[in-house]
Parts: sequence; C-alpha cells; structure tokens
Amino acid sequence: MQLTVWTYEGPPHVGAIRIATAMRGVHYVLHAPQGDTYADLLFTMIERRGERPPVTYTTFQARDLGTDTADLFKGAVTAAYERFAPQAMIVGASCTAELIQDDPAGLAKAINLPIPVIPLDLPSYQKKESWGASETFFQLVRNLAPKGEARAPSEGRRPLCNILGPTALGFHHRDDLIEIRRLLETLGVDINVVAPLGATPDDLRRLPDADFNVVLYPEIADTAARWLERTHGQPAIRTIPLGVGGTRDFIAEVVRVCGVDPRLALAEGASRLPWWSRSVDSNYLTGKRVFVFGEANRAIAAARVASEELGFEVVGLGAYNREFAREVRAAAELYGVTPLITDDYLAVERAVAELQPELVLGTQMERHISKRLKIACAVISAPSHVQDYPARYSPQLGFEGANVLFDTWVHPLAMGLEEHLLTMFREDFEFNDAAGPSHLGHGSAPTPAPSAPVEAAPSAISWTHEAKAELAKIPFFVRGKATRNTEQFAVQRGIALIDLETLYDARSHLAR
Amino acid sequence: MARHLLLDRDNVASAQLARAESTAARPLNLHKERGQREVFCGLTGIIWLHRKMQDAFFLVVGSRTCAHLIQSAAGVMVFAEPRFATAIMEERDLAGMADANEELDRVVDELLARRPDIKLLFLVGSCPSEVIKLDLSRAAERLSLKYTPALKVVNYSGSGIETTFTQGEDACLAALVGQAPEAALDAAPSLLVVGALPDIVEDQFRRLFAQLGIPKVDFFPPRRSGEIAAIGPNTRVLLAQPFLGDTAQKLAARGAVRLSAPFPFGAEGTTAWLQAAAEAWRISAPHFARVVESGRIRAKRALEGPRETLKGKRIFFFPDSQLEPSLARFVTQELGMIAVEVGTPYLNRDLAGPELDQLDPETRIVEGQDVDLQLDRCRAAKPDLVVCGLGLANPLEAEGFTTKWSIELVFSPVHGFDQAGDLAALFARPLVRHARLKV
Repeated sequence: MQLTVWTYEGPPHVGAIRIATAMRGVHYVLHAPQGDTYADLLFTMIERRGERPPVTYTTFQARDLGTDTADLFKGAVTAAYERFAPQAMIVGASCTAELIQDDPAGLAKAINLPIPVIPLDLPSYQKKESWGASETFFQLVRNLAPKGEARAPSEGRRPLCNILGPTALGFHHRDDLIEIRRLLETLGVDINVVAPLGATPDDLRRLPDADFNVVLYPEIADTAARWLERTHGQPAIRTIPLGVGGTRDFIAEVVRVCGVDPRLALAEGASRLPWWSRSVDSNYLTGKRVFVFGEANRAIAAARVASEELGFEVVGLGAYNREFAREVRAAAELYGVTPLITDDYLAVERAVAELQPELVLGTQMERHISKRLKIACAVISAPSHVQDYPARYSPQLGFEGANVLFDTWVHPLAMGLEEHLLTMFREDFEFNDAAGPSHLGHGSAPTPAPSAPVEAAPSAISWTHEAKAELAKIPFFVRGKATRNTEQFAVQRGIALIDLETLYDARSHLAR
Repeated sequence: MARHLLLDRDNVASAQLARAESTAARPLNLHKERGQREVFCGLTGIIWLHRKMQDAFFLVVGSRTCAHLIQSAAGVMVFAEPRFATAIMEERDLAGMADANEELDRVVDELLARRPDIKLLFLVGSCPSEVIKLDLSRAAERLSLKYTPALKVVNYSGSGIETTFTQGEDACLAALVGQAPEAALDAAPSLLVVGALPDIVEDQFRRLFAQLGIPKVDFFPPRRSGEIAAIGPNTRVLLAQPFLGDTAQKLAARGAVRLSAPFPFGAEGTTAWLQAAAEAWRISAPHFARVVESGRIRAKRALEGPRETLKGKRIFFFPDSQLEPSLARFVTQELGMIAVEVGTPYLNRDLAGPELDQLDPETRIVEGQDVDLQLDRCRAAKPDLVVCGLGLANPLEAEGFTTKWSIELVFSPVHGFDQAGDLAALFARPLVRHARLKV
C-alpha cells in the first residue's frame, strides 16, 4: 500500500479513455462499478469538451456480483454497438472489474460483432494512466494496421509523415498540433495521419502509407512508433521541438530523415525568444534557481530550455513516470543534480522545500506545492487543470511555443528592478517581498499554513538576535536557502551559535 | 404530538394537512430503471465531510482510481492540506505477498506521524477493498486499541458497488453513531439535527431553535469529534438531508425518535421542518409563528426574483444526490416550475414521503438510471432546465440545453430561510446567463 494525498496519474483505464475520446468512431466498453464514470468529467469539465467521452461503463453494483456481471457486460457491449455504431470497439476492465475476473476479452469475442473489437489488458494495480494510454494506442495501431504491402515509392512526391501522440486531455496538444503541422508544411513535408487526436480507425489503417513518424508525445505514442518502425520500416523522430534549440534539432532530424530544405523554416525571426532573452532587462534571469518536475520527456526538454535559453540554473530535475527514468537520470547528470523519480507528491514537496528554488516548473501538483511554499511556479506538463486549457492560441512546441514559454516562465518572477528595490528597502510596509511580485496583484493573500513535513530537520544550531535580524533583510525567496547554507557552513566549522560574522563568512565562502 | 396546532394559515396548514393524509401512501408515477449509471460513488462525500469535522481524517483504502476520483471530483483541488488520503493497494497487496493488515498499520503509522493532530480516523472501504473482502471493521478495532485514547478509528464503506454519492455521508454518519455516548434514560429531551450542514446554516438553525425554546440542540456530525452528542430514548432526530436512511435506522436502534418532516429547503420546507421540532416540544402555535415569521418573510422575498425567471419553466432532474424529490418539491411549489422528470439514484419513500406528497401525482419519478435512455427522454422532452452531473452538463449545453450542475446543490449552503434565495438563484442563474449572453 502506498499513502497518497494527490496522485500525478490516474489508473490505466483513464489513459485508455483519453485515447478513445481523442479518436472518432471508436467506442470503449469498460467493465466498472458505478463511480468510475467520474472520468467523464475530466473531459467535459477540465477540457471543456462538448461531447460525452465515447465510453459505456457497465456500472455494476454489489447485488450484481456473483450473479450476472458477465451478462451485464455482454449487454453493455451489444447496446453500445447498436446505439453508437462505432467503426471499432475497445473493451476492458477497471480496477474493481479486474478483481472479479469476468474476462471482457472473451465475452466480447463471443458476441462476434462485425467490427474489430480490441481487448485491452491494463493491470490497474501495477500500471498507471500514461502507460494505459500508450498501450491502448499501441493495441489499436497493431490491430488496425497490420503488416501489409509496401509503401508507394517516394519519387516524385513530397515526403509524407504521421504525427503521433496528440490526445484528449493533453497538455496544450490542440495548439502544439497546429504549430507543428505548420512547421512541417513549411519544411515541405505532407501530413498523412494525425493520431490519436481526431483519427478514425480507417485513418489508423493508413498509418503505414507515411515515410516516417513524428513522435510528439513519447509517453503516449512511443510504443506504437517502435512497433511501426519494426513492422513498417518507418523511422521515428523523437526530438521534442520544445524551445528554440529543441525546434532547431527537430528540423535537423526531419532534414536527416527525408532530405528537405530547412532554410525557410529556420528563417530569422522564427522565434522572439533569443532576442527577448538577450535583451538587457533579462539579465536578472541569470542563474535563477529552477526546479523542474513533470512528465519525463517534457521535464528533460524544459530543463534544457531553462538552462540554455533563459540562463536559469537547474537545481532539481525529476519525473513522475518511471517509463523514461533512464533518460531523466542522463539529463540530471548534465546539470549535476540528483534525479528525482517518484510519483509521491510528498517526496517532491520535500525536495522543493529543501532546494528552495526561485522558480518551479512543474505540474498542477507543483502549483500546490509552490503556492504553499510561496515560490513562483509555471506549469509545464500534465497533470494540469482547467486554467491550463486556455481559450487563446498557446502552443508549447515549435517557435511560437518558445515565445509562450518565455512569457509564462518569466511572468511569475518578480521583475528585475523590483527585486533590487525589495532588497534595498526591507521594511516598506506596502512593498515587500512577502507580498509577492507586485504585478501579480495578490499581495494580501494570507500565508497558507505550511504542511507538517516540509520543514528541515531541527538543527542544534542557534542564531544570535542580530544575525537573525540581518537574515530577515534578505529577500524572502532566497532566505530559506541562505539559512540552510549558513547553518551547513556553521556545522562544518563546529560553530554552535551563528552571529553576524558567521553569516557574512558563510556568504563569502559560498560566493566563491 | 400536538396535532391541534395550526398556524400560519396559508401554506403551513395545507402542508400539515397533506402530511396527515400521506399516511395513506398515495400512488406515485414511479418508474424503476436499471442500466448505466452516471453518478459518483460514496467516496465523493469525503470532499465536504473532511472539512466539516476538523479533527477527523479520512483514509480511503482503495485503488489509484479512488484517489484520482476524489481529487478530480473536488473540481479544484483544495490548496490547503486535505484531511483525506488514499492507501493505494498494489499488486503485492492483492497477490498476498504483503499482509494487507500489516500494510494498513504501516500506512496509518506514517499518516499519524505526519498528522499527529488527528483525533478520529475513518477507514473508508472502496470497491476493491470490498471485493477482496478486506475487513476494515476489524482493522478499525485493532487500530483503536493500539492508539487509544489519543485516536479513535471508525470504518465505513464508500464503495461504488454499495453507495451512490451522498450515501457515502449516510454510511459515514451511520458509523459515527457508534461513537456517540449513551444518554441516560431520564435525560432531558434533546434535539439532534442530523446531516453535515455548512457552519453558517448550523448557526442560523441553532438560533431559531433557541428562540423557539428548545433548550438542548446538537448537530450531527459535530465540528469536532469530541463533541458527539449522547443519544438515547429522549433524543428527537430531525434529518437535515433526505439521504440519511441508514443513519436514521442506527439512531432508532439507540432509542432515538425521528420526527418526520419535509426537508428545510425554501420558505415552506424550512417552516414545516422547524414545525416538526416545535410540535415535538409542544411549542404554542402563536409563538412558533412569531419566531419563524421574519425568516419566512425574508425567504419569500428572496424567492420573488428567481421566481420571475423560473415560473412556468420545465425542469428535468437527472439522478445524483437523492435531494431530487425535495428540490422538485421546492421548485414546483415555491418557484412555480414544472417538473418533467425527477430522477433519483434511490428513493427512500419513508424519508421522502412528506415531499412526495406535495408533488403533482403525475410527476414522473425515476429511481435508478439508464443514462442513455434518460438522455433520449430528456431530448424528447426539451426541458428549459436540466439538473445533472458534471459529466453530462457540458455535452447537454453543447446540444443547446440549459443545465445546472447538481454537485453545487450539495456543495453550497442551501438549507434554511436565509439560503432559500441562494438555492433558487442556483436554478435561475443558468437561465439568466443564457438570456444575457449574445455570443
């Protein structure tokens, strides 16, 4: 058993629902008790979809157990087929139905529907949402696009690719897709199929027509892309076009795979980020300590942007999904930080409290943590919430995405000169660091009660009154770090009482 | 009970009359339906219960789905430290590689180290814990012994195979009855108001009961676990919510006597509800009328505006909280709406009787659900307002319907005279908004 307050990922069947909801002409019959229908609201409320997800839940109750839950399932499959007339159906069990072992696969097969019925085996007690989405997409692709005849020769036509990964309840997938589609078209590449978002089962059957695949979201599409690579000989582009560097690398890879001319796409002015970052007012961003946590691939790419394109210092890097742990470890090594691979919200909270970053780039969960610890935060990855599904065009990927990243990551920080003024005049009653950046306008927000476990272990070290007062003159957002560093410095030197001397000694020592 | 008391000539009297006749169980236009249900499970109640009892903590013993459900159903995740968590069962717990009880003890230890302030711990059963027959009542006994007297541990089930949405509160409160001290046989009569009410509503009712002259009034659940009222044969129970059937039974088993009444929604519902208590205490009609008068007038005045918007409009209730019959009574009787269909996940005819008696006997009442068939009926009926859950609201809006999410009806203060206007406004707002928007 694992004690969980908030969870980064839902169960694997929620991943399957994300795929079914993204597609057209697919219906999912889920053997599940009542209550599991809550998953619908993720789509209708958080993403504001105007359609119910194409899911029939059997919603069995205690009185059905041991009598006719299998009949209930069969009835649900037949009724769903008749009512929704899907081109293909996926069937499976949620966590509770997995325990009662009704065998949805066998039951569905026995009904012998005249459409492909694809059984899903999603072990709820081992796997999670992203894995479930990935596995579902893979099973759909594998069943609908089996090995067939060779592709049309590529002579005399533009290169053709599939874009794989955009799905329902994806973090900015809607706008990323517009951006990347435009980029590929500028490069002279035609798009064969986008999947799962908006694809029908017939579209999946056409996947093998493309020359290569673009894997925009590996957590959703990597398994399917690897299978397509093996079975249909389609190379996959896995570079995530996040930030200017990532987008340039992505273009280079497209060029390598299909030999198009990159000049138009790389034309000067493709992104404002480089100039915005070089503009002198951005100087104060230099070395800002940033903690990055989220979906693994996104966190890795975001750390690169933070470091190379905004000049931040990455002080922590981690991911909640273990499927790409190796990649996260490799990236963490790049920044000389300890990788944090955990789906335990409390462990992440402890790490943030310990590292005292000036900015957290995370998920909806880190938004909680940062709010509680009063640290600036921008959301870079799912899980996200209703405010991360904006009405405006707001891609994360591509050159326009890089502009968006600059804006959204810099916005939560106090502005450069403001920061100086806060440091100079500590005692101003209406303009002080505890009030937060003045342009965010929530200065009067009361300090939330800190949760119990985030404080550092009590130390045997004490501070003189003077030193404590001096410490209070350091801005709020670096005070925690300064306290910790000074105490560590004192411990190393066997100093039990920190006075003004120790404080400034520590400062000069750490500044070296 | 003092039947001869007739007061406030107009509606109260007729309500009383209707109630007197209701013993003859009027036939209802009742349909039972079975199929896909689009409702929450009982775990969802934790979202409001964990804020109500300030020293209680809810530990769900379940799956990742349970944890995900609670945080998703909360709509916005609560930024403050939540007083709930999930002990997520994993493969090793199910495969017998780990002893579930030892694991649970470990998780509780971990939790208490983190939250030493907890005085009452609810172990909440879920679908998977019920299916594998994990005995949480024994676990609760064991843990209670281990941590006594600092902590009491109580268990209930919020599983979807046994409970629908608000039934979770019922199961929780029914379990809590066991923690109530025994009242002496000769204890002074006391009134127990049952159902988790917002603090402000509780305070309003407390003032009204005091003005009526009922000296001892307790609320259940209390705000703190140490304040659970003693229960005995001199306890008179007034349910504040219609979904508390099991709790009512548990209280009856302790000798408490339930006062039958409509529920305190709107001017009429609140008057009749208070009157049931007043009658039990033999409070004179003129005094009762005097005490409730100002509240009644305020409530009626507050209903005038929304009534203008809602009068003659047709309303369709999808099943959600079991509040539906009471709300249908309120919107038809006090706001002049027409109820096309009143869906409810479960109909307790005993508790809902006084409300049902005041509905038009032709009103179609549907117990249970087959969501696809119900959507067909809703589309055919073309109601002016659809009350439904979060999974259906936006899709119906996209089809051109005007909807009210039902979850707001259990998440906001809606009971009593001074919330009557707010309750009516919840129904009126979607229509007002539709009229206002030009995009």
